[in-house]
Amino acid sequence: MRRLTIWVVILLLNKIFDNLIEHFEGNLSSMFDAKQISELPPLAKAIGMELVEIKDRFCIVKVPYAAHLVGDPDTGVLHGGVITTALDNASGWAIRVHEDWIDGLSMATLDIRIDYMRPAEPHKDLIVQSTCYKMSKNVAFVRAFAHQGDPDDPVATSVAAFMLGTPNTEGKNL
Amino acid sequence: MTVLSEWRKQGGKENIQALVDALPFAKFLDIRIDRKGNEITTILPFRDELVGNIALPAIHGGAIGSFLEITSVIQLLLLTDLERLPKTIDISVDFLRSGRPKETYGRAIVTRQGRRVASVRAEIWQEEKARPIAAAHGQYLLTPG
Repeated sequence: MRRLTIWVVILLLNKIFDNLIEHFEGNLSSMFDAKQISELPPLAKAIGMELVEIKDRFCIVKVPYAAHLVGDPDTGVLHGGVITTALDNASGWAIRVHEDWIDGLSMATLDIRIDYMRPAEPHKDLIVQSTCYKMSKNVAFVRAFAHQGDPDDPVATSVAAFMLGTPNTEGKNL
Repeated sequence: MTVLSEWRKQGGKENIQALVDALPFAKFLDIRIDRKGNEITTILPFRDELVGNIALPAIHGGAIGSFLEITSVIQLLLLTDLERLPKTIDISVDFLRSGRPKETYGRAIVTRQGRRVASVRAEIWQEEKARPIAAAHGQYLLTPG
C-alpha cells in the first residue's frame, strides 16, 4: 500500500513537470513566431550563430568559436567579418522586438560603424548584445557590442542605422 | 613561421591567392583574386550560405562587410612588407544597394599609409563598377617587418 502511494506521487510529479516544460516551450516559440524570428539567415547559420535572448528592443546572440571563423592563423583570433556579421544580425533583430515594430515590416542596414577594442580570444564564445535605442517612421538606430563573457571588457562596439519599409517582394533580386 | 613568411616562400606578391587560401575565414568565403600588374580585383562568388534576406534574396550585410575588410587588407599587403597581418582598428560600411545573388567584385585604395596606421577605402560592385553595392573606410594597425 505504501509503495503504491509513492508510485502515484512520482507519476503525478512527472506529469506536472511535463506540463511545465510544455508550457514554457510553447510560450518561447509563440514569442519568436510573433516577431518572425523563427529561422536564422543562411550566413548566420553558416557561422554557427545562436539566438540567446530577445525582448523589449534588446537582443543577445552567441557565436561559438570554430576553426573556419579564424582571421589570423598565427594567433587563432576570429576574423572581423564574423564579428561584423553577428553585430549586424543582432542589431536587426533588436529592431524587430521594439514596441513600435509592425509585423510584416521590412528593413535593410544603411550603415554600420565598428570599433575593435581588442582581438577576440581563441576558443571562447563571442557574445553580442544589441539595443534599438530609437525607432522613427523610416529609420531605426541600434547600438551593439561584442564580448566574451565580461561585458566590461568588449571586443568590439558598433552603431548602425537601418532603413525601414524597404522593398521585400519575394524574388525581387532574382 | 608566420602565415606571411610562409606566403613569401610560396611566391609572395606573385601569388596572392595562396595567402587568401591560408586565411580560414577568407577561404570559407571562397574569395578569389584577379591580378593585372599592380592592380587587383577581389571576387566573392555567390552561394546560398551568404544570404541574409531569404525572400529577396539578398547577400547578408556581414558577408558584404567581411568582403570589404578582406579586400582592404589584401590591397594593403600588396603595398607593404609587414611581419604580421594588419589589425582592424575601425571600419565604417555604407550599404548602397541590395546585394543580389550573383558574383561580387571589390577594389581598394590605400588613402594613407603611415608607419603604424594605414587608412583604406574599398568599394564592391556587381554588374556595374559605377553602381557600387557597398563601400567601406577603415583604419588598420600595422606591424612593420
